[in-house]
Amino acid sequence: MPPLEIEKILTPVKRVIDPCVAIRVKTDGSGVEASGVRMSMNPFDEIAIEAAIRLKEIGAANEVIAVTCGMADCAETLRTALAMGADRAILIETGIELQPLAVAKILAALCLKERPDLVICGKQAVDSDAGQTGAMLAALLGWPLAARVSSLNVADGKFLAACETEDGREVWRLRPPAVLTVELGLNTPRYVTLPNLMKAKKKALDTLTPEALGINARSRLTTLSIATPPSRRPCVRVADVDELLARLHDETRVI
Amino acid sequence: MPGIPCIAAMRTLILASARADLGQSVRQVVSAARQLGGEVHVLVVGDKDSAAAIACAAAGVRGVAVVKCAEIASDAMPNIKITATLLKSYALDYTHILSDDSGFCRAVLAHVAALLGVEPVTGVTRIVSTDTFVRPVYAGNAWMTVQSHDPVKILTVRTANFAPADDGGNATIIAIAPMPEMPSPVAGIAQLLECQCTTGLLAGNTAPPLDSARIVVAGGRGLGSAENFTALLAPLARRLGAALGASYGAVSAGYAANALQIGQTGRIIAPALYIAVGISGAIQHLAGIRDAQVVVAIDKNPEAPIFKAADYGLVADLFGAVPALTHALEALGEKT
Repeated sequence: MPPLEIEKILTPVKRVIDPCVAIRVKTDGSGVEASGVRMSMNPFDEIAIEAAIRLKEIGAANEVIAVTCGMADCAETLRTALAMGADRAILIETGIELQPLAVAKILAALCLKERPDLVICGKQAVDSDAGQTGAMLAALLGWPLAARVSSLNVADGKFLAACETEDGREVWRLRPPAVLTVELGLNTPRYVTLPNLMKAKKKALDTLTPEALGINARSRLTTLSIATPPSRRPCVRVADVDELLARLHDETRVI
Repeated sequence: MPGIPCIAAMRTLILASARADLGQSVRQVVSAARQLGGEVHVLVVGDKDSAAAIACAAAGVRGVAVVKCAEIASDAMPNIKITATLLKSYALDYTHILSDDSGFCRAVLAHVAALLGVEPVTGVTRIVSTDTFVRPVYAGNAWMTVQSHDPVKILTVRTANFAPADDGGNATIIAIAPMPEMPSPVAGIAQLLECQCTTGLLAGNTAPPLDSARIVVAGGRGLGSAENFTALLAPLARRLGAALGASYGAVSAGYAANALQIGQTGRIIAPALYIAVGISGAIQHLAGIRDAQVVVAIDKNPEAPIFKAADYGLVADLFGAVPALTHALEALGEKT
């Protein structure tokens, strides 16, 4: 048993268009086609849930709570988290298009209510690619932030988090409560087995609203349009290295 | 008396990050700031040596009026909270706060935005007007145009999309004394134990930083091992004066350090020449090289998606092609 034991880990998860799906922008520019498209848990959030459950499995934490914000069908993502091993789940139900600040405010209000010792989030959502929610949550709570965590250990009553940076890596020692955002490579999330999915149906899934938490979740940014980027010119196949160099020299002047 | 508000008097504060590229990314953020119009100031936060160097570099950039330089004890750096507290203390004097899209700056700007109650806009690739910005979503497969109505607009910009501003600046440098109410280093709560710099180790210390390199050579899973990655790509990169990069596949297989990762969840770069070796071309990787001027792909699979994103494609075994390319470049170099 490691010397550190915390009570609760809160793990926010997001339902996104599956990253393997080729997205299609609506012709009127109002958004991306989402009806009938395969959805899944944001890959970074799967890593976050896996990290939380592993901490529980080594006896460093007692309870893992998964939370998501959105429409009722987002409960599907919570069921996946429960099947992976989360103990209970919370759906913050709303029809409002949520942007990172609103999500951070909702999560902060939930943290004041649930009092977790650790929040483990994904580094970014692969649909919006904003990468802001975890940091904003840490700011609102006044908790330290360890961002882009690529390895996580427990030692001497504290967490040791290796955080990836543009220039290399930093190792931080953190006392809870804290917010962690997780990076690819921290772990390989477990598959959800059918028996665990069945068991998950018995676990608690509660529903709240942003209003019940006292939060106005309105969007602050107006989305004016969404467009497809222009496509690249066609690829010239070269036969060998000499032709490649000749073309680069003659046609592009980069070499 | 500050009664009648001045219409559209833009004033931008740029957070300069203490990064290995020492001023290059600041030049690009200054370009973005100049598109907004109005005065451009730069805030530099760092330990004694790095802060002074960055402040000098920033002051020489054309378009910068004032550089505010705050020195902080080195055992407190890098510290998101201290930098954010300092930045927030100035925020309401400006209409816009900008930075590059690095992890540290993103976290600091997120911190300031949360405390001010405004929605930040990250990864901006184009400034349409003082309140309207374009940013990529879905790994760059869609471009979203958003409008902010917040009194202070907080933006991180994709430096790859902004040409660096020239020399010729003559900004005033003001030293900022640490504020009494600034939080002390969060020792005991969060303590930095170790800082490992892994960039530049493979291609030698003369390699340019990945973000601003003119030429980038990147390897993928096709290299097969960390030894191959270095043995094949380092000589090519050295010959070209290029930075080394890697796909997520190569990084997760342990062939290269995470700091070399290019893609949706790594670096977004826009070199003049990008050479992808043994990289299949997943959507997430292509997101990182969309704005590269010329893309060359070398892979043995003619169906690899990378060829759809490349300008020139060589379908070949990289274990033969890369040494041949390095050798041919050496021969070219000897002729000139």
